[in-house]
Amino acid sequence: MNTNTVLEITVNNHPGVIMHVTSLFARRVFNVDGILCMPTLDVSRSRIWLRVKEDERLEQMARQLEKLEDVLMVRRHEASHEVFERIEEFFAA
Amino acid sequence: MKYTGAEILIKLLERQGIRQMAGIPGGANLPMYDALSRSDKIRHILARHEQGAGFIAQGQARVTGKPAVFFATSGPGVTNAVTAVADAKLDSIPIICVSGQVPQEMIGTDAFQEIDTYGLGVPITKHNFFARSARELLEIVPNAFRIAQSGRPGPVWIDIPKDVQNELIHIEGDWPEIGLPEPPPAIDLNSIQEAATMINEARRPVVYIGGGAIHSEASDEIFELIEKIESPTVMTLMGLGTIRSDHPLSLGMLGMHAARFTNHALEECDTLIALGARFDDRATGKVAQFCPDAKIVHIDIDASELNKIKNAHVGIIADLKQALQELLPNIERGSNPDWLERIQILKREYPLDMPFADDPMSPYGSIIQTARMLEGETIITTDVGQHQMRVAQAFPFEKPRQWLTSGGLGTMGFGLPSAIGAALEKPGATVICFSGDGSLLMNIQELVTAVEENANVKIILSNNNSLGLVHQQQELFYRKRIYACKYERQVDFSIIARGFGMQACDLGDCIDPMTTLAKVLAKPGPALINIPQGVEHHVFPMVPPGAANREMLCGELKGSDYAEATT
Repeated sequence: MNTNTVLEITVNNHPGVIMHVTSLFARRVFNVDGILCMPTLDVSRSRIWLRVKEDERLEQMARQLEKLEDVLMVRRHEASHEVFERIEEFFAA
Repeated sequence: MKYTGAEILIKLLERQGIRQMAGIPGGANLPMYDALSRSDKIRHILARHEQGAGFIAQGQARVTGKPAVFFATSGPGVTNAVTAVADAKLDSIPIICVSGQVPQEMIGTDAFQEIDTYGLGVPITKHNFFARSARELLEIVPNAFRIAQSGRPGPVWIDIPKDVQNELIHIEGDWPEIGLPEPPPAIDLNSIQEAATMINEARRPVVYIGGGAIHSEASDEIFELIEKIESPTVMTLMGLGTIRSDHPLSLGMLGMHAARFTNHALEECDTLIALGARFDDRATGKVAQFCPDAKIVHIDIDASELNKIKNAHVGIIADLKQALQELLPNIERGSNPDWLERIQILKREYPLDMPFADDPMSPYGSIIQTARMLEGETIITTDVGQHQMRVAQAFPFEKPRQWLTSGGLGTMGFGLPSAIGAALEKPGATVICFSGDGSLLMNIQELVTAVEENANVKIILSNNNSLGLVHQQQELFYRKRIYACKYERQVDFSIIARGFGMQACDLGDCIDPMTTLAKVLAKPGPALINIPQGVEHHVFPMVPPGAANREMLCGELKGSDYAEATT
């Protein structure tokens, strides 16, 4: 069964960061099926939320993310996280 | 004082210690070149193609271990530079590409020579920057140098729009601190203990050295380790030079073109000590059958390399040199005579065959006889293909940073420009570029750069008028359907070289090739030595792509059992 995992990634807030993050997934043909990004209270930083399918490569992905210069923190939420559930109504149609 | 963005860039490069750098000017980087023209510290080397400039920088960085810089203009300058930067990413080489870009107001308009440099740079660099203002350069440039040489080294790209290069700003007070490597991660001493226990209990150990040993300058510590436990030692293509090739414990290179005894030894080892190596498929063969009985100790500075391909029983994230300094006091001096005896048996039973070693015209002989004639400091570069594997097998390497080759990306065209870069940094050395005719043609324009710089580069050209390794694979794995790998026209490389102003000789045309070779090697300055060779000479042993390392094809075998290649 395909279960979701949610990744919470804190990054420096400047152009190109999302590209650095998402290209790591794209080059491995690894679909990101949900993505949210907003600046944090400290606007020099942003938080990216990714929803991806559970996959044995995720640990490697997390390590690759941690290597990115603009990635400050990566946290993996095992179950489906409420951040995507609460925003689902905007995608219901 | 007032400075333009371009002047700030040059000043920061000077402060970083850059003294020689290659590049090519064009519309979008002219302000940088104008500022560079007024530098009395930095000498510019005009390459003939941006890929050449990038590989000159790589040659500099690979022999010194320090970041090297090169310049390219926007658009085609950038796309030409991409291969050299990608090559540096795969081999963890600290180079910094600084490119011009169209002015910010024109970005996104498909302006003349506009390309998405930032987008192109993302997957092929360790990190890349787009400078939005001249002031930002004060942070970007030192950061680029810090990132390029911290942890696992790698290339950094800085893209600077023309208006930022021209922007005039006031700088008061001090210039920013120069970018230096960050301190390596703290070492987990428990893991060191576990690793020591595992190594002390090993009965059939093999030390497996990768390029990280070179980057970390860990050669002395590794030498101490292998002598202390008397462990047979293998090196990856990138790790060659860490231990002298003629060291009694050295088994040379492992993997696809290793000596048979080397791969058999790995097959039988009970403990694999992986030092700055990443279990590349050319080294491991079919991973599931690589060192099937071994416990693995893996030390690497890049956390993402641990457990990437093969799970380690003990994984240590650390600078290799520091980790070994912690480890060595915990290692008991010991020996496993049965294992060393077994290695001797394997060596006798499965020797590395290097036919016609005495003939300087033959594929192996040209390498071995050249090596025999060299005196003083010697640096070796290669291109990619059969000649590269033969040099890796046959050349007697003596020390780290003596051997420059394109490992991960496998870029034909690497050899000549990287040899020029090496010669720039080591003017007293003889730099030998072993190449093939297919490879040399891919960056042949840099012959003239070598001549202009009077670089002491000697090109030993194994010329079979073919893409030899393609030919070999078609013969072995595609039922001899030889296609698109034999050149119809024969290039006269001696005339080509002389056309560029380089001295040249053809060993095929002379009565005494040995004497001619010695004479040309002894004469300072750049030279090309053409050696006609038949395409029927294959490089053996060879593990078919996708097969386990034990399944080595050798001269007497034909690959009829292996109908098709899997990778």
